[in-house]
Formats: sequence, structure tokens, C-alpha cells
Amino acid sequence: MKAFAELLERLLYAPARNTKIALLLAYFTGRPDPERGYALAAIAGALDFPGAKPAVLKALAQARTDPFLFELSYDFIGDLAETIALIWPGTGTPHPPDLPSVIRALHNAPRDKIPGLISFWLDECDPSTRIALIKLITGGLRVGASLRLAQLALAEMGGVEVQAVEEVWHGLEPPYEDLFSWLEGKGAKPDTQERPVFRPVMLAHPLEAPELSRLDWAAHRAEWKWDGVRVQLVATPYGKRLYTRTADDISSAFPEILEAMNFHAVLDGELLVIRDGAVAPFSDLQQRLGRKIVSAAFQAKFPVGVRLYDILFDGVEDLRARPFDARRARLEAWFAMQQPARMDLSSLIAFTGLEDLAALREGAREAAIEGLMLKLGDSPYLAGRPKGAWWKWKRAPLSLDAVLMYAQRGHGKRSSYYSDYTFGVWNEKGELVPVGKAYSGYSDEELIFIDRWIRNHTTQRFGPVREVEKCLVFEVGFDAAQLSTRHKSGVALRFPRILRLRTDKPAAEADRLETVRGFIV
Amino acid sequence: MFYKLHVDNDPALTPRPESWLMPTKQGLYCQPGDFHIDPLRQVPRAVITHGHSDHARPGHEHVLATAATLALMRTRMGAERAGARQQALAYHEPLAIGDVRVTLVPAGHVLGAAQVVLDYRGSRAVVSGDYKRQPDPTAAPFEPVRCDLFVTEATFGLPVFRHPPAEDEIKRLLDSITLFPERTHVIGAYALGKCQRVIAMLRQGGYDAPIYLHGAHMPVCDAYRALGVALGELRPATVAAKADLRGAVVLAPPAAMADRWARRLEDPVLCMASGWMRIRQRAKAGGVELPLIISDHADWDDLLRTIRETQAPEIWVTHGAEEALIHEAGKMQIRARALSLIGYEDEE
Repeated sequence: MKAFAELLERLLYAPARNTKIALLLAYFTGRPDPERGYALAAIAGALDFPGAKPAVLKALAQARTDPFLFELSYDFIGDLAETIALIWPGTGTPHPPDLPSVIRALHNAPRDKIPGLISFWLDECDPSTRIALIKLITGGLRVGASLRLAQLALAEMGGVEVQAVEEVWHGLEPPYEDLFSWLEGKGAKPDTQERPVFRPVMLAHPLEAPELSRLDWAAHRAEWKWDGVRVQLVATPYGKRLYTRTADDISSAFPEILEAMNFHAVLDGELLVIRDGAVAPFSDLQQRLGRKIVSAAFQAKFPVGVRLYDILFDGVEDLRARPFDARRARLEAWFAMQQPARMDLSSLIAFTGLEDLAALREGAREAAIEGLMLKLGDSPYLAGRPKGAWWKWKRAPLSLDAVLMYAQRGHGKRSSYYSDYTFGVWNEKGELVPVGKAYSGYSDEELIFIDRWIRNHTTQRFGPVREVEKCLVFEVGFDAAQLSTRHKSGVALRFPRILRLRTDKPAAEADRLETVRGFIV
Repeated sequence: MFYKLHVDNDPALTPRPESWLMPTKQGLYCQPGDFHIDPLRQVPRAVITHGHSDHARPGHEHVLATAATLALMRTRMGAERAGARQQALAYHEPLAIGDVRVTLVPAGHVLGAAQVVLDYRGSRAVVSGDYKRQPDPTAAPFEPVRCDLFVTEATFGLPVFRHPPAEDEIKRLLDSITLFPERTHVIGAYALGKCQRVIAMLRQGGYDAPIYLHGAHMPVCDAYRALGVALGELRPATVAAKADLRGAVVLAPPAAMADRWARRLEDPVLCMASGWMRIRQRAKAGGVELPLIISDHADWDDLLRTIRETQAPEIWVTHGAEEALIHEAGKMQIRARALSLIGYEDEE
């Protein structure tokens, strides 16, 4: 338990991604089974212990401490888990319980025995280990390390590509002994053939000017690029899953899609809110994301569907090595036979060359269309972002001139610079209202300039956030404007980024809110 | 284990502490001896517990302290400002000042730190200054003294402050150096006391490479060495030579950590040695990657243990989080009072 606590603590404080991966790698390499597997499960959020909720812990702590001192301490610290861990009497024993026995006990104990167990463990652990214990059992690790980082560390451990780890991941169970055995070269790669596992997806490169002139148009197929969520549908006799392109399992948020998956295949497509055949803006889909329970009324209000564009497996047959054209033919045939509910095919767009494609791209002003996808007809389905196979050709960004309002420091190597900017435009009353936040698009020189400008023009601080004098204008690029109830301005921008600095422009001449509203389709 | 046993007096004849020792705006004043202890402003006669700048202020007429405290004061503020007349008093050697007998007893806080034991007509008060109970290779260990009044600090006067053994924290630091051999470990540590303790404990832990110091730390380390504390090889850290600092340990004042000074080093691991590092949000807000809970001050358990060991029926709390400590003293049947002296800092 102590080594796990130390890992969580270091992950919490480590600012850099590479540091976190190094910490995870050292832990996975240095700790025995099944401890490392349970730690991995905890980080992956694959553990849940009903009966161990924060209220139980608070009651335990209040029974064991002076209520006045508890309140003073809680006020000072502000975090319940930390307060309990630190105020709990005693400083532990030299041999606190190990992680596997804690997890086994939590799984096996009847609910009414759990508070007694927790109390016993808190006595046995030192304060740092208690924090880890409490975070573990209440399920709120929040250590700043995702499953993705853990998978990168595992890939490094085994000297394999991260896609190979992703591919077996969803067929495995804690404490993952078969996974570690494979990565350490002691056992075979876990067999996940017919399990509903995630397959690494194929991604596209942005199409820039140099490639535009070189591209062999006849060899490419074109489709619309829809502004939804890229999903992978996996249905086998062993189960059904809906994954995002980063392998997050979002099945429970979209029960109607799962219900429609009555086939044995792995498909690639775009999850969209579709009403009467028309695709709704991304903000509608956002309403459905991140929900655990979805009521029927909500399903009716935001009806979802999947626009399919590729087939990876038909039954047990792996089609990924086949060229795009062959897969497309297979997908069309498969679709004609299966006729799955809540799904349609992404249509191929007929074109002859650059001119008519460019015209189509510029003509598309529908909010749900981001631009065009171009796919090489003879390319296999490859994991990652292979060069020269798939291209995304987004339509030219919309832009507006906005005024910098607040700034915050960035993360990782940008952590000592103010690199996150909230900007606003003028409303009817002549007030500046925020319309978005941008973290990218500037050069290193511009970043240094803006950082210095912010330090010299700060008017107020709110924790890590600085409010600045409202006089620096940015040209902000974005893909679409949407209505939003979350922003005071009532609008939100999709993918905002800094196009350039407009030090020549007075703030009073920045854009007005009504201009932004005009972009909403 | 007690330095000197208390002699029971007839309570009727023993003066109450508040009749001869009192808080004033200059600080704590001992009337029958006509001197202040750790005065916050310039006074004719001052007894100084230790060399930290909030306790040892410049410009007093006559200063009494341990030889080490005087030497450190001269290093930090210059010989003239450290007191027009400086008088050294060794630990355990009683000195009569007026009707009061003054004895200095180790406080375990930093090199030279002393508790001031005041005996007046059978009544004994002990002014602890700042103190800690954890072992420290650079400071004489704290000795509890039985008394009628114990004047204590309460920097970490909340039950959530329980410092782990400092050796465990040094071990975490050494593990991190092994795990990230290419990165510079920069440790924020107060220049007087904390810095030298961390160095001495690294040496005890087997770390024998040269240790690099920010400019502000070198003079104090030199003074420690002149007073007989071994610190191994120390070198000045200059950002210009940051390639030499790859994989090295660098110590710097806490203020230099928030600054870009530390961030200019190559891929540094920012560490901070302080009792405040117990609170995660404090550590995270400071951008610290490796918090080390190493403190010069007693934690909650040690504050209570010390109060019990002095057997004092009354305590006064000079500064810090006095509310919780006074509440707890009440439960122990001890009279407790907050002095709320303004000017002592929570920095460490």
C-alpha cells in the first residue's frame, strides 16, 4: 500500500507527461503481481466499491476525533480525504495492509462490515498511505494520470506499440497478470480474438498547401467530415461496446445504439445527433456525452445515430489489411444486408479534381460539417496516423477580432507561461463578454510577448487566473459558432485558436456579439 | 531526562508568572531582569532564542544569546547590527540578571537555538522560542524543562500536522534522484537551519556528491562549518553553468523556487522542504513536484507531548494556530492563553 501511495503522490505532483510515464513504468517494473495490476485497475477507474462512500468515512473520523478540532482542520485543509487521513489518531504500524488484500476484502466483505474494515486499515497506515486508501475506496483518485498514460508506460515496459496494449486491454480483467506476463516476455499475448475489444483507429493528417498541388486526385475518395464523435462499434457473441477513438467505453451513455448493434462486426463511424435526417450541431451531442444514466425523454430530445464509414471486422474476418475500396464495397454490401437501425452510410462524394472539391468545401456552411475527408483508395486500415493515406481538409476557419480578458498558466513545458487565454467581444450594452478560450495557434515568440504583456497588465488575480487590462486584441479563428447556456454571452465557439496578434487594433474596434451570433447556422 | 528538577515551593509565596513576565508591543518582557526575549523592535537589552530574522532583529543595545546564535546573527546582519554589545552564554550555564536567573537550554530548532529558562523567587517560566523534537544532526536536541509556565509556539498547532520522520523524506528524495538521474533536483529550503539540516541528512543517507547552493545559502553554510558542522563539498550554483547541474542537487531559498531562477535549470525536479508540504494543495499551488515534509517546528503530537513533559499548569502561546492548541490544553486541565504577538512568521 505504501508504494502505491507514493506512486499516487508523485503522479499528483508531476507536471510533465513524460515524468508521469517514467513513474508508472518504474512502479510496474518494480512491484509484484497482483499489486501492480490492482494499482493499474485503480488508475484505469476499473474498480468500484459500493458501501465505501465519503459520508461513511466522515462519520468514522468524527467518531474518533474531537469535533471542534476536526472542523478547524477541515476548514484549514478544505479536502475531506486529506483531513481524515491527517487527523486520524496514531501514525500507523510498520506493516500496513497491502493493496491486494485491501481490494479483496472490500470485494468480499458484507456492506455492514466495511466501516469496521476501513477503520482498522486507517489505524494501520501512516498519513500519506491513508490518503491513498481513502481515495482508492471512494473512487476519486484524481491523480492526474489517465489510462492512456498507464498504457504508454506498459507499452514501454514491453517494448511494444501502444496500439498493441490498447488492442488487448478491453478483453482483460484486474489484476492483469496475463498482460504483465506478456509484456515481460514470460507469456503469450493475451488472446482477445472474439472479445469485444477496442481496435486502434486510423487517423488523418491535415491537408496543407504543399500536398494540395501534389495529390493524385483520381486515387482518392472523398466524404464529408462530420462534426461529431468518432466511434468504434464492436459487437461479438461475447458482448457489445461503443468506444471513442481514445478507447473510452461510452456504451452506457448511448443505450439505443447498443440496442441496434445486433450483428457480429467491428465498424468505424461518426456519432451524431440526427433529427429528421439532418445532423444537429455538436453542442446537441455534447448534451449526451458524459452521462451515466440517460432517460427515455432525453433520448427522444437528442436522438443519436451513427454514420458509418469503415468496416474492420465482418464476423471474425479481419478486413484491415484490405484496401479502402474493397472495405468500402464490403461495408455497402454488409449494410444492405443488415439494415441496422440508427445507422446510415457516409456517402462518397463524386468529384473530378481540385476545383470542384474546393467549391464543395467552401460551399458547405452547415454547422455539422467541418470539411472534407480524402482517403487513398488502395490504403489498408492502419493504426495511428500513417503518412499519405487519409487527409482531413477542413474548410477555412471563420474568424473574429476579440479582446483578451483573462489568462492562466499552461501545463507541462508551458507551465511558466501564461498560455491559456479567455477572450471576449462587446455586447449591446457595451460590455465585454467572454466567448471562448484559446490555448494554441501562436508562435513561440508571440507566446513570450503575450506572457510579458500579461504580467505587465494584470489588474486582478483570482488564484491562478489573472485578469488583464482590456486592450489587447487577437484575431481568433474557429470552426463554428453555437448557442450556449454556459457562457454569459450565450454563444460558444468550436475549436477557437489564435490566428494572429492585432496590436495595431484598438480594443473598441473589436467585434460585437451580434457579429458572432451571425455565424450561428 | 529533565534538565533540572523543579523544586516545590510554597505556592503562597511564589509570584504568579504574569506579575513578572508580560507581553508588550516590543515583545515578551521580563520585568525583574529588565530585558525582552526575541523583541520585535529595538530595545536596550534582548535575550535572543535563535538566529531566524523574525526572532533576531537588528539594532538592540545589548544582546545575550548562545555563541552560535551570535555568530549566525553577525553573518546575516553584519557585526554592528547584531547588537552593540554581544554576550555569549553557553547552554546550561546560569546567569543572574537583576533578580532573575537566566539559563539557556537547547531547543532543537536550529544550530544555537535555545529555550530561555527564567527563575524568579521560586517561580519558573520557560520561553521556548521555536522548537522541534525530531533528531537533527546540525542542532543540539531539545530538552524538556519542568516549569510553572511554558511559553510555546504553535506554528503547526492543528492535529492534521504530523511530520513523518525526516529520514523517510530524505529517502524519498534519494529515491527520486535514482529514478531521475538526468534531472536537477532543486530543493527550496530556508537559508538558516533547514538548508544545513537537509545537507547533513543527505550526507547521513550516503549522498556524497558535491551539493550546489544558491548564492543566498553559501554564507550561512560557511558559518555552520566554522562552528564545527560538517557539510561535505559545497559549490555555488550558477544558472550559467546549468550543464554541470544535470543530475545534481541544488539548494535555493523558497522564494527562488517560484521565480524563474529554478525554472531556467534543465528539466528540474522542484522540491520544497517544509512542514507546510503536508498540505497537498499548498504544495501543488507552489508548483512543487516533490514535497518534502521536513520541519524545524514541533508537529501537533510533539507540541502536546512537550507541554505534558514540562508539567506546566499554564501555557502561553506566542504565535501560530493557537485556537486548537488552547482548546486541547483546556482538555488537559492546563490554563492556556494566546499572546498573539504580531511579527513572528509562519515561514519555514
